Amino acid sequence: MNGPHDLGGQMGFGPVAPETDEPFFHADWEKRALGITLCAGAMGHWNIDESRHARESLHPAVYYGSSYYEIWTRAVETLLKRHGFVTDAELAAGAALEAGTPPRRVLKAADVPAMLARGGPCDRPVAAAPRFSAGQRVRTRNMHPTGHTRLPRYVRGKTGTVEAVHGGFVLPDTNAHGHGENPERLYTVVFTGPELWGDAADPTLTVSVDAWESYLEPA
Amino acid sequence: MSGQGHDHHDHHHHDNHLDPMDARVRALETILTRKGLVDPAAIDAIVETYETKVGPRNGAAVVAKAWADPAYADWLKRDATAAIAELGFTGRQGEHMQAVFNTPDTHNLVVCTLCSCYPWSVLGLPPVWYKSPPYRSRAVIDPHGVLAEFGLVLDPQTKVRVWDSTAELRYLVIPIRPAGSEGWNEERLAGLVTRDSMIGTGLATAPEAA
Repeated sequence: MNGPHDLGGQMGFGPVAPETDEPFFHADWEKRALGITLCAGAMGHWNIDESRHARESLHPAVYYGSSYYEIWTRAVETLLKRHGFVTDAELAAGAALEAGTPPRRVLKAADVPAMLARGGPCDRPVAAAPRFSAGQRVRTRNMHPTGHTRLPRYVRGKTGTVEAVHGGFVLPDTNAHGHGENPERLYTVVFTGPELWGDAADPTLTVSVDAWESYLEPA
Repeated sequence: MSGQGHDHHDHHHHDNHLDPMDARVRALETILTRKGLVDPAAIDAIVETYETKVGPRNGAAVVAKAWADPAYADWLKRDATAAIAELGFTGRQGEHMQAVFNTPDTHNLVVCTLCSCYPWSVLGLPPVWYKSPPYRSRAVIDPHGVLAEFGLVLDPQTKVRVWDSTAELRYLVIPIRPAGSEGWNEERLAGLVTRDSMIGTGLATAPEAA
């Protein structure tokens, strides 16, 4: 979707503000928000793509007005409601009022180290030969799906060069919506500054994205 | 309630009780705990992991080894996931790693314009600026300007390669080894490797400044 999250090349947000000796968390609630997000995800009822899509589906005014842990919190509430674990009434009351969906799994403290060390690999075998090869010129599709995608707007319809051909990876565009993993090959595609930003672009600049095969066509 | 780390019900002086997010997250945790969906001790364990165990010291060890050991650097170039796992760093948001090496001609910079993708297994949790719109919007169009805001002014001729982490590959920048660190062991070398140098918003620290 052409959502508020798709920030590449947008203007008006001001300078970057690096913090000296930035703490891990700026408030205790951020710690709990991180933990809740990971624990809720570990129940196994949604995947990382659905989770990302819940974040980018926040209203733009909310998205831009929120810190990142606030974005996470709002998104995990959406996911918990969508999958029947909590209701709006419960969130409003701050109390459990009814039984919800039974969880597939509940993450216990003793299992946290193994869960984090294992992660969630997204590579999958793909039988078909790669459609594109390293060095080949490709064009990104000019597509504007209303659902989840990982092709940023600033690289759509642009011509670049395949730099690396990777193996198969879960396709976020379908996986985010419960339509299956549909693994496709992934390519690192590099674009020049002028291709992306026109004649006034920084001449020293190149930018790459990692693009699934269906995002690309021969140039 | 369990665990001394389960401190959000305590009244620490730095808690901001006017913050609506504090109340909102407390309510959510209460509901999920009562329903048996979330174990507060598991939250404590996750937080403790990223406060004390998984952070930029992991990535610094990788960089230091790559500086000290050309065979390791070569492995890191070819198969970063395996080479990094060899040092014991695996897992969440580091499942598929790529190491990108700075050279005198080319400076690498990592961003996630679409969200906050970051190599947790080697750098820990991302800083706020990495997740915020100013960095995510400008890194891909004005990298020299962004770097200047970190106090890093590159030679205008230096090529900048920006890696937008749009998929599940996670990028670790291998900064240039500073002059004057010849003969240093890996432990000393690791002390020169800052978090920002592994994102590309900084350089490794010069030995005289370390």
